[in-house]
Amino acid sequence: MTEDRALISCRDLTKVYRMGDQEVHALAGVSLDIRAGEFVAIMGPSGSGKSSLMNLIGALDRPTSGEMWINGRSLMKMSRDELADLRNETLGFVFQQFNLLARHDALANVKLPMRYARHDVGDIDERAKECLEMVSLADRMDHRPMQLSGGQQQRVAIARALVNRPRILLADEPTGALDTRTTGEIMKLLQDLNARGITVILVTHEPEVAAYSQRQIHFRDGRIESDSAGASMLVGTEELA
Amino acid sequence: MNLSVAANSAIEALISNPMRSLLTMLGIIIGVAAVMVMMSMGEGAKREMEAQIASVGANMLTVSPGSISRGGRRGGRGSGRPFEESVVAEIESLPFVTAATGILNDPVTAVSESSNWSTSIEGGSAAYFEVNNWALSEGRAFTEQEVRSGSSVVVLGPTVANELFPGGDAIGQRIRLNSVPVTVIGVLASKGAASMGMDRDDTIVAPLGMVRNRITGGSRWVPRHVERVQFLVEDGYDMTLAQEETAVKMREIRRIDPGEDDDFRFFNFADMIQQRAEQEQTMSMLLAFTASVALIVGGVGVMNIMLVSVTERTREIGLRMAIGARGGDILTQFLVEAITLCSFGGLVGIAIGWVGAYAAAEIGGWPFAVSPTMIGISLGAAAAIGIVFGFFPARRAAQLDPIQALRHD
Repeated sequence: MTEDRALISCRDLTKVYRMGDQEVHALAGVSLDIRAGEFVAIMGPSGSGKSSLMNLIGALDRPTSGEMWINGRSLMKMSRDELADLRNETLGFVFQQFNLLARHDALANVKLPMRYARHDVGDIDERAKECLEMVSLADRMDHRPMQLSGGQQQRVAIARALVNRPRILLADEPTGALDTRTTGEIMKLLQDLNARGITVILVTHEPEVAAYSQRQIHFRDGRIESDSAGASMLVGTEELA
Repeated sequence: MNLSVAANSAIEALISNPMRSLLTMLGIIIGVAAVMVMMSMGEGAKREMEAQIASVGANMLTVSPGSISRGGRRGGRGSGRPFEESVVAEIESLPFVTAATGILNDPVTAVSESSNWSTSIEGGSAAYFEVNNWALSEGRAFTEQEVRSGSSVVVLGPTVANELFPGGDAIGQRIRLNSVPVTVIGVLASKGAASMGMDRDDTIVAPLGMVRNRITGGSRWVPRHVERVQFLVEDGYDMTLAQEETAVKMREIRRIDPGEDDDFRFFNFADMIQQRAEQEQTMSMLLAFTASVALIVGGVGVMNIMLVSVTERTREIGLRMAIGARGGDILTQFLVEAITLCSFGGLVGIAIGWVGAYAAAEIGGWPFAVSPTMIGISLGAAAAIGIVFGFFPARRAAQLDPIQALRHD
C-alpha cells in the first residue's frame, strides 16, 4: 500500500441513536483518512462521538449514513459474516476491561481469534506462544487472568489482538484500568508495535496517554474539532509524571 | 470453530457449575430413563411372547363346554353338557386338524416312598404330547394301546419328578395317586420357568381312560366324557377359519338348532398371549407418554438454563464477535453446549433406565432385555432435545449486537 492511499477512509459519517423519543446524534458528519503505519489518538469528552467512531472503524457497528472503506473495501456493502471476517483478519481489539475469558489460561485466550479464522493460520500453539513472547509473558502462559496483574492481563489481551497479524490495532481506553507505571509500559508496547508497521488507533481522554501517538484528533459534539499531526515526544515512563 | 473444541468448552462450562447442570439435566435423565425402561419392557414382553408361542405352538386350539342359557338363566362356566369322548375323533376327522386329544384334569396328591406332592393330573390320548408340543427328557410316552386299555402308567412333569424323586431315577418307580398305584414310565422335558403365575412343569400326564376310571370318575350325564378337546391346526391354515369350521362341526355334533347359542367355547392360546401383549403395549404407551412429558419438561429446563447462560455470558459473546466469531460460530457453540448437556443427562438416564428396566423385569416376571439400539435411541432422543430446545437460546446469542453485548455487565 502506498503512503498516500488511506488504509481507513471515512466520508460524512453520521450515527443517530434513539434514546426513548429523543434522537442523539453521536456522529454528525465525520470525514477522516488514516494511512497505514500511523499512530492516532482519538480524544474528547464522553459523548463527543469518539467511541462511536471507534465502533464504526472496528466494524462492530454500522453508520446511519456516510461511506467508509478499510483497506480499499467498502464496509457498507459487507454482510454480518464479512464484517466478522474483517474483524478477525484485519483488526485487533484491545479493551479497557481486557475482556479475557476467566475460565481459560493466557495461552488459550491468545489462541481464541485463530479458532475463528477462515484462512489457514498454521501452527496455532506456535503462533500463540510467539505473541506471548512479543509481550514478554512467555513465562505466564498457563496462568489464568485471575492470577495475573492488570498490566499483565492487558498484555495478554494485546497478544490476543496480534495473533492473526492484523494491519490495524484498535485500543479503546487501554490504560483506563491501569496505574501510571503500567500505563507507561503498555503505551511503550503499543509504540513498539506501531514501529513494526501496525497502524494503531487509540481512544483516550488522557492527554498523557495521547502524547504517545503521532497524531491527535479531538472530537466534540460528534464532529472533529481539531486534527493535529504532532510527533510522539515522550519515550520513557519517567517523563510522564 | 472446531466442533471438538466447542464440545470441550461445553463440558468445561458444564463442570464449572455441577449443581445447576445436574438440576437442569434432571428432566432429561428421567425422560431418558423412562424411554429406556419402556423399550426394554417392550422387548422383554416380545421375547416372552415368542418363547411362549414356541413352547405351546401357535396353532393349538382348545374347545370346551360353554355356559348354556335356559329360560333366560345363564349358567356358569362349564355348566353346559360335557363332551362325549367321541367328539375327539370327530374333530380329528376335520381336514385341517393334524392331531387331537381329549383332556381330563383333576387335582391329585402323588405319593412316592420318600415324599408326597400336591399337583394336578391331566388325562389325554397318545396325541397329547404332539398337541402340546411337549417332548420327554427320560423314558417314554404312553401308547394308543395303553390309552385304550386304561393302563396305570404316568408321565411326570419335571417339577413333580424332582419333588417325588429328588435323587432322580423316577422311571419304573411305583407311586400312588390318591391311593391309586401307578407306574412312572417317563419324565417330560421342562417347559421353562414359570410364567403368568403357573408352573407348567408341575403336572402329571396319564392315559385318559385310566384317569376317568380311577381318579375323576364319570360324569352324571355322559358316561365317557372329556373336559375339553385340544387339537392342532395344520400349519399355514387360518386359525380364525379353523375355529369357525370347527364350530360348525360342533353344532352338528351337539345338535344345536339354528338361532340357538353355542354351548361350547374356544380358547386360543396365541390369542391370549396376544391380549397380554396388548396390555403390555398399553403400559408401554403410558410410559412413552410419561417419557415424552419428562423429555419436554427437561427440554424446557435446558432452554431456560441456556437462556440464563447466554445472558450471563453476553460480554463473552460480544468479545468473541469482536475477535471475529461469526453468528454461526456463536450458534454452534451454544447448540453444542445444549447438546452436550442433554447427552450427558442422557447417559445418566440410560444408566438409571438400565437398572430400572432390570428391576421392572424382575418384578413383572418377564425377561430382561437391553440392546445397543435402545441405547442409541435413548441417546439420540436426548441429543434431539438438546438441538430442539437449545436452538432458540443459541440463535438469540448469535443475533446479539456486538456493541451492546460488549457493553453488557
